[in-house]
Amino acid sequence: MNGTATRTIQAPARGAGLKKILTLSGPFLGLAFIIILFGALQPQKFLSAYNFMTVANQTVIVALAAMGMTFVIISGGIDLSVGSVIALNTVVTALLIQHGMDPFVALVAGVLSGVAVGSLSGLLVGGLGIVPFIATLGMMGISRGVAKWLAGEQKVDAPMTWLWELMGNSERLSWMLFPPGVWLMIMGAVVVAVLLKYSLFGRYTFAIGSNESTARLCGIPVERMKFYIYAFGGLMTGLAGVMQFSRLTVGDPTVAQGKELDVIAAVVIGGGSLSGGEGSIMGTVIGAFIMSFLRNGCNMTGIPNYVQEIIIGLIIVGAVAADNFRQRKLK
Amino acid sequence: MDVGMTDLLVMRGIKKSFGGVHALSGVNLEVAPGEVHALIGENGAGKSTLMKVLSGALRADSGEMFLNGERYSPRDPLQARRLGISMVYQELNLALHLTVEENLMLGIEDARWGFIRRETYLHRIREALKTLSHPDLRPGAKVMDLSPAARQLVEIARGLMTDTRVFVLDEPTSSLSRVDTEHLFSVIRTLREKGVSMIYISHFLEEVQQVADRFTVLRDGETVGKGAVQSTSADRIIELMVGRPLTDMFPRTPHEMGEDIFAVRGLAGDKHPRDVTFTVRSGEILGIAGLVGAGRSESFQIVYGLRERVAGEVKIARFSGVLPVLGPHEMIRRGVSFLSEDRKNEGLSLERTIAQNMTFSILGRHSRWGLVNDRTLNSLADKWVKALSIKVGAVTDKVSSLSGGNQQKVAIARLLEENADIFLLDEPTRGIDVGSKVEIFRLIGELAAQGKAVVIISSYLPELLGICDTIAVMHRGVLGPKRLVTEWNEFSIMSEAISGVEGTA
Repeated sequence: MNGTATRTIQAPARGAGLKKILTLSGPFLGLAFIIILFGALQPQKFLSAYNFMTVANQTVIVALAAMGMTFVIISGGIDLSVGSVIALNTVVTALLIQHGMDPFVALVAGVLSGVAVGSLSGLLVGGLGIVPFIATLGMMGISRGVAKWLAGEQKVDAPMTWLWELMGNSERLSWMLFPPGVWLMIMGAVVVAVLLKYSLFGRYTFAIGSNESTARLCGIPVERMKFYIYAFGGLMTGLAGVMQFSRLTVGDPTVAQGKELDVIAAVVIGGGSLSGGEGSIMGTVIGAFIMSFLRNGCNMTGIPNYVQEIIIGLIIVGAVAADNFRQRKLK
Repeated sequence: MDVGMTDLLVMRGIKKSFGGVHALSGVNLEVAPGEVHALIGENGAGKSTLMKVLSGALRADSGEMFLNGERYSPRDPLQARRLGISMVYQELNLALHLTVEENLMLGIEDARWGFIRRETYLHRIREALKTLSHPDLRPGAKVMDLSPAARQLVEIARGLMTDTRVFVLDEPTSSLSRVDTEHLFSVIRTLREKGVSMIYISHFLEEVQQVADRFTVLRDGETVGKGAVQSTSADRIIELMVGRPLTDMFPRTPHEMGEDIFAVRGLAGDKHPRDVTFTVRSGEILGIAGLVGAGRSESFQIVYGLRERVAGEVKIARFSGVLPVLGPHEMIRRGVSFLSEDRKNEGLSLERTIAQNMTFSILGRHSRWGLVNDRTLNSLADKWVKALSIKVGAVTDKVSSLSGGNQQKVAIARLLEENADIFLLDEPTRGIDVGSKVEIFRLIGELAAQGKAVVIISSYLPELLGICDTIAVMHRGVLGPKRLVTEWNEFSIMSEAISGVEGTA
């Protein structure tokens, strides 16, 4: 080091660079570590193309919902209703197909039911100023209840349609390499990442989560933006719900209990901060894959379920602790 | 003075009161184009209320404002900003997670199909940053990674993006180093040359003399003086600031000073304070004067283990040797009690009952097997309500149902219940009515008469002069020597607070 003057000028720049590297590479290194670890333990089974496809397929639902959740969390909010909304979507989609609707109409309706619940949460949070945790806790109960009511408290059978092929291994669609759901996840990630990074919507989401009063001072319609953010979260959850239906092939009002926690975990492992202002789609998708690969690898190596749960719990706490440590170091 | 048509901003007869208390009672302020106008006054003189009226955060009860000759009455800060009034606050209004560029564009983004077009403002951003010429201010730098000085410049740059005509700089140098302060001054001069006006709020008269053209002095919510900085001496400005009549509202209970019972030596924190040394004797009331931001409250917080101690030691006579760094619980057990200046957030738990608030810190003494007996607590509380003549319905009422003065008495009752020897009181009479003030002064006198040591932080000088035995003055993190109250007057306290002890500033 040569002299104080240069140091004061360089210090922030170096801090910023280091921080960027840590933020981006943390989740990525975690994912690489897990793949290498299980790859070493079970090279044949784990490192096969077929297995990677399976893992990708298993990640679709959480990843799609987590993309919406990333916006919600960056804005400083939370959405606890995700699991219930997924169940509601499967029921709505199945019921419409059962009643002879075109599968595409059923799909759109399923997604729209997600948007509807998200919009309601957005109204509660943005319009009435109810704390997101409470507003979406309420919506979680309401959606689950409505799903059970619509379904008559049982599974809703639906005749076979092309919707089943979205997540299944269809002969007809084998030219696509992956099931359509996986492609939806990949394309969705690209579109949503661009939205987060380059659109007004994304920029305002960051601004609100970073400093709400500043956002308001700068003329951003904070309340309306919150409505959009939760509605968008509902849209992504709606897509996840349709994928869930495709996997189940029935409408099930009891499915996806506690799924919201996996979704939140994906965002947090990927670098999202529950106090707002931080998060990325890339990180979130990696976070979702970390959990999927971990479950998959544990299953293959015969590690019992409870160990998986403990490990995932440790990873969540570890990711946030590492984040706190980083924040403190570089403040 | 001259209220010419040439003034860019005119505030005339501004009045504002909060529940019967007059914060502003007819203030006038005129700012010319390209002028740096210093707004001077003691803490509580009404400067920030006036600026809140200007920025649209508050509405005046009466009075009028003109901007560029047109009537100006902003609905909210956003509208004020659009009309060309930008506030640069100490507690900064930036989105820390965003980059400099993103902060500068916030709310004025140019977008097509919802996607931001950066190139629209790139030129203006570069221009604004060039005006501020700070090496760390790159468009892509995250605000979180910037120093306080650079962050402040980002706020100014944001104002430049929206064609601000009047900047309000509220104590802009309080957290800046000398180099950064000089840099800020050069920025201010550059802006002035471009015809931008600035209202510069500061306690530091030497700074005012360096950058300001004219000044307005507020005292007790009124304009008491204005003029050109060049032709007015600092002494005259201080006179204007403090020249209020002393009222006889300081009852003194006779008390005598005994032995030293509490000592703080060379205390320093992260930033402020830098060097705090004092001793108090039993039966002594020591007043700590100084400007807001000088590091007085921080000193108490460090002593009480609420803030990191970087250097220094604390001694209590009853315990031999230097104490290790202790938290509030251990300090209370050793007979040191602390009253926070932030009554609403720290001093009290507003939504809990009066009895609970009085006994929070000593619940252990009144519980058995971990169980708390509410009846015991309530009767304890009844005792204090009577002793301090607190006006309450029942001790089981919420503290939030009380007036400010009575709330403060509840907070003080908690300290008394802690049964301390040493009382650290941070602004004990802030925001309470005169009647309650007098009662609190009497109470402090009685504590001294019982042989307790009391250390009081207050920004209200007559109060310190009225009730203290000794006074020491804090200047930019350094506490000056303690002297008997008879050796002080408002003028000497204010000059030391502003310029430090002669020869060391």
